[in-house]
Amino acid sequence: MAGNRVAVIGVGQTAHRTARKDVSMAGLVREAAVEALEDAGMTWSDIDAVVIGKAPDMFEGVAMPELYLADALGAVGKPMMRVHTAGSVGGSTSIVAAKLVAAGVHERVLTVAYEKQSESNATWGLSVPMPFQAPLVAGAGGYFAPLIRAYMYRSGAPRHIGHLVAVKDRRAALRNPKAHLHLPDIDLKTVEESFLLWDPLRYLDVCPSSDGAMALVLGSEQVADAAPNPPAWIHGMAMRSEPTMFAGRDQVNPQAGRDCAKDLYAQAGISNPREEFDAAEVYVPFSWYEPMWLENLGFCAEGDGWKLTEAGATAPDGDIPWNPSGGVLSSNPIGASGMVRFGEAAQQVRGRAGDYQVELKTGKALGQAYGGGSQFFSMWVVGRDKP
Amino acid sequence: MRDVAVVSFAYSAVAKDVLHNEVEMIVPVVREAVAVSGIPREDLGFVCSGSLDYLQGGPFAFVMGLDGVGAWPPKRESHVEMDAAWALYEAWVAIQTGEVDSALVYGFGKSSTGDLHEIMTLQTDPYYVAPLWPSMVDMAALQATAYLDAAGFDETNLAEVAVRSQRNGTSNAHAVRAAGDATIDSVLAEPVTHHPLRDADIAPITDGAAAIVLAAGDLARSVCARPAWIRGIEHRIEAHGLGVRDLTRSESTELAARAAGIDEFPLDVVELHAQFSHEELILADALRLDGETDINPSGGPLAANPVMSTGLIRIGEVARRITAGEAERGLAHASSGPCLQQNLVCILEAE
Amino acid sequence: MGTTRHDEGFVLAETITVHHQLEYPGGYTRSTGPVVGRFLTGLRDGELLGVRLSDGRVLVPPTEYDPTTSAEVASEGDHWVTLGPAGRVQSWTWVAEPRPGKHALTKPFAFALIRPDGADTALLHMVDCGSPDAITVGLRVAPRWRAERAGHITDIEAWEPLGDGEEPHPAPLRVPEEGEQPVTGIVSAFTLEYELNAGQAVSQYLFGLAEGRIIGGKAPNGTDVYAASRGTDPKTGEPTTIEVDVQDSGVVTTFCIVNIPGLSELAPEIPFASAQILLDGADNTFFGLIRGVPVDDVRMGMRVKAKWADELKADHTSILWWEPTGEPDADYASYKDYL
Repeated sequence: MAGNRVAVIGVGQTAHRTARKDVSMAGLVREAAVEALEDAGMTWSDIDAVVIGKAPDMFEGVAMPELYLADALGAVGKPMMRVHTAGSVGGSTSIVAAKLVAAGVHERVLTVAYEKQSESNATWGLSVPMPFQAPLVAGAGGYFAPLIRAYMYRSGAPRHIGHLVAVKDRRAALRNPKAHLHLPDIDLKTVEESFLLWDPLRYLDVCPSSDGAMALVLGSEQVADAAPNPPAWIHGMAMRSEPTMFAGRDQVNPQAGRDCAKDLYAQAGISNPREEFDAAEVYVPFSWYEPMWLENLGFCAEGDGWKLTEAGATAPDGDIPWNPSGGVLSSNPIGASGMVRFGEAAQQVRGRAGDYQVELKTGKALGQAYGGGSQFFSMWVVGRDKP
Repeated sequence: MRDVAVVSFAYSAVAKDVLHNEVEMIVPVVREAVAVSGIPREDLGFVCSGSLDYLQGGPFAFVMGLDGVGAWPPKRESHVEMDAAWALYEAWVAIQTGEVDSALVYGFGKSSTGDLHEIMTLQTDPYYVAPLWPSMVDMAALQATAYLDAAGFDETNLAEVAVRSQRNGTSNAHAVRAAGDATIDSVLAEPVTHHPLRDADIAPITDGAAAIVLAAGDLARSVCARPAWIRGIEHRIEAHGLGVRDLTRSESTELAARAAGIDEFPLDVVELHAQFSHEELILADALRLDGETDINPSGGPLAANPVMSTGLIRIGEVARRITAGEAERGLAHASSGPCLQQNLVCILEAE
Repeated sequence: MGTTRHDEGFVLAETITVHHQLEYPGGYTRSTGPVVGRFLTGLRDGELLGVRLSDGRVLVPPTEYDPTTSAEVASEGDHWVTLGPAGRVQSWTWVAEPRPGKHALTKPFAFALIRPDGADTALLHMVDCGSPDAITVGLRVAPRWRAERAGHITDIEAWEPLGDGEEPHPAPLRVPEEGEQPVTGIVSAFTLEYELNAGQAVSQYLFGLAEGRIIGGKAPNGTDVYAASRGTDPKTGEPTTIEVDVQDSGVVTTFCIVNIPGLSELAPEIPFASAQILLDGADNTFFGLIRGVPVDDVRMGMRVKAKWADELKADHTSILWWEPTGEPDADYASYKDYL
């Protein structure tokens, strides 16, 4: 990885719920930030700079909300930035913040990502009707369900694979008190019998809409060496983007994701992700994106992702647990979801994942987020040991 | 810190562009900035942009914007929902890590499609202020009243800024408001629209885009005869509430300028992101400009204000003068938020 | 089918501009949290509240976090103080033309920063004083409370000037009724109006639809054709400079069947099929509805053609949906690179 060593030394997140009616927008981000600062053993005055991220401003109807949130996040008199890269924003915000430390610009950076979707409605926010654009009358699921069908066709995956992911991630969430969905009775039958929303996607194959925030404190090597709790060292971080549509675009297995993973693994010295990661937290808002991203991230050959899922390899007790926190399928405050992935990966290698802690062997974990029409990717590798 | 320079700059500005969509506005400026930089598009290490969804009234403006960049094969790319000056800052940081040696930065937006001044109300506290709908001009006027009252100034001081901006604008092909014959009397003869401000004190509605290419060290030297080196770039934010801030000064500009090293650099030229006459006066105080420095020779935002690019253009204007040999060093300023809540200072210098 | 070549400087004399309203139906539902909620509850009850901060200053309106130290401001405690009954204008500007649907007052008024008695900071609010000549920095003003109050910043309708020696009306304090809950939320409903312009390429495409044509643009590589694009080859960022007619027929590359009602006003009755369609002669797919066939019969590779509206217009409504041509399905190999 380019630049100075950087570590995650504080992680905080809110409980994710359908509607956090008990807090304002400032109160929501504050809750996550306070927990991260406590974890890092810091107070507001220790922080050099603040980087926030979220998805479209229209979700909450507050334009450029870093302005309103400056006081709540202790940024007064300091540098503050706001990143927006669609669904990948939680990941890219983490990376922008980490680069401030890697570049030697700052020693201690607080980064927070959030979404308070209950202020409006995510379906509206993601598809505000715009003149000149062909209306997406089928909603967000209507964008991705056809790509899932194409994946199924290409790979020959049987129809129940997505349902297996839907069950696995919801069961994992039972060990995570902050997860939005807790569905103790979920099984394959409940998923198969849930309402068919966007054939081939059923209700339980789809993420919820959540209010929530995630915060990380990033520190330089010197700061991390003195941190009260174990750091998660960043071994690599990468972002890639490609246009929404163009001739020859592979929308199912996008080049941007493959390039991003390749760059990331080169930085982190990963040659076999399935063997070298103890866990992966990957943006899976629709169940089928687990097998699709298994392939895109090089955990297996193209076309084989569903076989890993079917064999239970990605379960918490499998050889490569994916989304032991319950993942996006269990909590989805859109702007925060990417940072939740990055932060949950860090918690695993710090040994601080509570009841959903995986067994640490290599001490490395992957965080991934994607957004737009599967065109924006951000990823990092965190490790228990210094890179 | 690595030496990083602005090696090319291009921008466009018109009062109302009814002939091009946002992507069509981006294409020519990106193309020009890339061509002038001499760095092949595919070799640019990083791309970062600044835009605001509320200008187009729909989400994901930057997603479409990417169609004008040529992000194939896939690019290292990022976006801030801020003026593109902050996109430049993000790109500068990326170069500092050593991961990349060059970056394309761009901003774009059409202020003419909606009611810009009303849209910016949505930047304010959503419980106490936004429901009252003070426009961005109303809020600026509150600052102007407070500043004039505290400084013992009057509207003539505002008019002086407006006149110089209009006159300077005549040398700027992109100016949407310029008048070589503007005088204090002619400005003061205009009606006050937002006490104590006149139209001449308020940046004109402008559509446009801007692009800058940054390059590090030897790469910059190899592609540009006289790169404009970034000697310091810093930004700071203030508290949000207008009623808790001292509106008569810009504390965050003072902090950013000091951190960027203003005291070490005598300045030939300064470009300020002042969207209102009084903002220039407040910023000049904050930067302790002594009257020798050339302020907004381009005419500044009062001549052309393509929102989301205006701050980036300040950096480009200073860099352009350095590259052209017209200045040795200068300071560019960008701002965000009501009444100069957040400010960025970038000090540039020739070799 | 024909092609028109034009220079890069080609500019359509006329482009399409359309009115656009941005509005979240019903308004944003904002939860306030306890601090903002307490201030708004105070307004509902006819009381203007401030909080004393650790440095002794009294802050109004109370924010959840100290603007200097970022310390949390507790929602309960004796640091909450009642302010007023009047205040002084610290700064002002005049609103000559209030905007309906936005401003609470319909006649001209001043926006002002007002420091209430007992406070060390100012509150942004409205002053109803008739004319800009009637307001100055330092003017003493008092709130005019609404009779019906909802726990909203506009529960004070406006502030009014006080004459020399004039006493403000006493605040219309009310005792909350038994069981009455504090304010925990507000609704923020608003509409923003836009005149959006389609620019060159999109206008050209939409003008084509009005003629029953689908116009694409050819990329500089001379092979890739993009229909309904924004005027560039997304791969290179270069303009598509050659206009090409694309067929109004194509292949369903993939699709889903939607069973959710009410996703969009434009959606047909459920269930319906939404497909990615690769037009003959184009190199990009776009979304279209498939009709004229039972949804269970929709399949990848199905050949479809546009069902044009009786009345053609320069917008997307000119193509109602896509329906099967009856031709044999396309080979997977022919469209697999467009998935």
